[in-house]
Amino acid sequence: MTTETKQETPLVDMRDMRVAFGGVHAVDGVNITLFPGEVVAVVGGNGAGKTTLIKTLSGAHKADSGTILINGEPAQIETPRDAKQYAIETIYQTLALAENIDAPSNMFLGRELKTRFGLLDDSAMESAARSVMGRLNPKFQNFKVPVKSLSGGQRQSVAIARAVHFNAKILIMDEPTAALGPLETSQVTELIQQLKAEGIGIFLISHDIHDVFDLADRIAVMMQGKMVGIVNKTEVTKDEVLAMIIMGKLPGEATQSDIEHLHD
Amino acid sequence: MTDVPPGGAEQIEEAVETEPRSFASLLRTLDIDSRLLGMIAALLVIWIGIHIMSGGTFLTPRNLWNLSVQTAAVAVMATGMVLIIVTRNIDLSVGSMLAVIGMAMALLQAEILPDIIGFGHPLMWVIAVAAGIILGAFIGGFQGFIVAYVGVPSFIVTLGGLLVWRGVAWWMASGRTIAPMDETYQLLGGGARGNIGGGWSWIVGILASIGIIWMMINRRRTRLNFGFNVRPVWADALIGAISVGVVLGGIAYLNRYYLPELLARARFEDAGQVYPEGGVNISQGLAVPVLIAIGVTLAMTFISTRVSFGRYVFAIGGNPEAAELGGIKTRWTIVKTFALMGVLVAIGAAIQTARLNAAVSGLGQLTELYVIAAAVIGGTSLAGGVGTIPGAVLGALVMQSLQSGMVLLGVDAPLQDIVVGVVLVIAVAIDSFYRKRSV
Repeated sequence: MTTETKQETPLVDMRDMRVAFGGVHAVDGVNITLFPGEVVAVVGGNGAGKTTLIKTLSGAHKADSGTILINGEPAQIETPRDAKQYAIETIYQTLALAENIDAPSNMFLGRELKTRFGLLDDSAMESAARSVMGRLNPKFQNFKVPVKSLSGGQRQSVAIARAVHFNAKILIMDEPTAALGPLETSQVTELIQQLKAEGIGIFLISHDIHDVFDLADRIAVMMQGKMVGIVNKTEVTKDEVLAMIIMGKLPGEATQSDIEHLHD
Repeated sequence: MTDVPPGGAEQIEEAVETEPRSFASLLRTLDIDSRLLGMIAALLVIWIGIHIMSGGTFLTPRNLWNLSVQTAAVAVMATGMVLIIVTRNIDLSVGSMLAVIGMAMALLQAEILPDIIGFGHPLMWVIAVAAGIILGAFIGGFQGFIVAYVGVPSFIVTLGGLLVWRGVAWWMASGRTIAPMDETYQLLGGGARGNIGGGWSWIVGILASIGIIWMMINRRRTRLNFGFNVRPVWADALIGAISVGVVLGGIAYLNRYYLPELLARARFEDAGQVYPEGGVNISQGLAVPVLIAIGVTLAMTFISTRVSFGRYVFAIGGNPEAAELGGIKTRWTIVKTFALMGVLVAIGAAIQTARLNAAVSGLGQLTELYVIAAAVIGGTSLAGGVGTIPGAVLGALVMQSLQSGMVLLGVDAPLQDIVVGVVLVIAVAIDSFYRKRSV
């Protein structure tokens, strides 16, 4: 699909992104694009810069330099609030939930529904939460308890529900299945395919290619703040991607013996 | 393959299902905050215990009336301290702020305003209180600004404030006592005239009852509209009946505290009437500071549960990073929390200076500790994110009950402090035990 979609305007086009922490270049001149209905996996080892790169898109971290185009228009993203204006929703690895408040309050945190008197409309929020959750995780019933008392999978559902409810056009998922069991992982997989079919562009961030290989249309591999390369999934094997992650070698450059070393 | 850490680790924790027991399931059906219920039970135990030990002098209308007046100022300030502590901060400057604001309000009405608008001007108290509230918001907001934007820990900022404002309070009047207060202003502190009488107390009680019932019906209707679960009708009816019963019963009991004969006689003579032979019972009714405390409690409960500011305060306490990522202006919210604390300190200062009918630079010493203790006894967690307004008010009532009770029992002052200190630690110990079990 990528060959045709390359013709349209990308949903996200990040150019020459740079972020430095002190003297360390966490993100060093990275380019990446995302098209509607496409899943781009951003993979790399710890400290590769993938989370930092994506934080510049979600507004959690300001880029030192670089340009972000959303639908071809330059976008100023400095805060999470800005990102949400562009319909960019993020599901953080930490889930970013306030543990002491309930699921609907978390879903609407910072974007509460109000009554006509400007007061919190908890009933409307609970109702909306129930309807979104009915789609994502019909077994979820604990709408009135602090999320602290929910299981890992249920918390993940809350974080996903938050992103889905606000009609994201661009969805960022940081290690979406790292804390989940097999059943919940397959639910998330299903959900990603459903959202993709709705034309949403998805960035999947993972340190493990096995988590995302099946889901991704393209795979972007980062190493030490630089983009090793972006490949179409149909044109590579898992081993070739592993070689990119571990050795920083593009599929053409990695030799058969390199690939064998991966399995030592 | 060993180079890549395995993903998809299975770490599913099941939500803790507590074994339903009959009382617990009853509480769940009734949908009552069991912690608040525990506090009410503890308060009743203290009350009844002291009542028996004092030979039946504690739970008298007169003593409960006094208790309500003595609790008012700390209760008002404790409601603000809850929000401060919920955001993982602390305000140690409350007592010194109270002195500065009290002194400012006293100077305004005793020395500054009389020259401008004349002594005994009807708006005197309004101007004084308004000025105090603005000053409180400013001092609190200033401290909050240093905490939120400069990044100095609130413990340090307000510890500095404790020293600074105490010094400023002394400086403002060179250590003099400023008195007297405006006549109307004095009503804010209670006292002989600062109460609303039996009739108005009944009206307040009836309005409160109507309010309770209206809120319950409204909540039920909204939830039914959305198709949510509601309590069974009998449960709602039971809770409603108990609430209304407590309110009206409390008013009836307090109304049995009558004006002393001397004051009752004076009141008749003021009205140009003859004092009836054999005396007459005139109810004092609710004291003005108690009404203020009730009003503040309602307003603060409203702010913390129905307004987005309150939601943000709790979210910041639960997970500051999540609040920030949710697009909440966390720093500005912290500033507002401290400013609100300042406003409540101003109200507390008004109550205390009005009650004393004077301001001295030593006003409010150690008050910060009582206010913090009230909030903490009331279930506010110093780890942040957890606390309720009614809990803090109950906490203030527990502390004041212990102190008044011990005075009544003739306990030595040092022992009083020891008991209050021990109770504080025990209360928090029980609370953290409860918390570990319930989560």
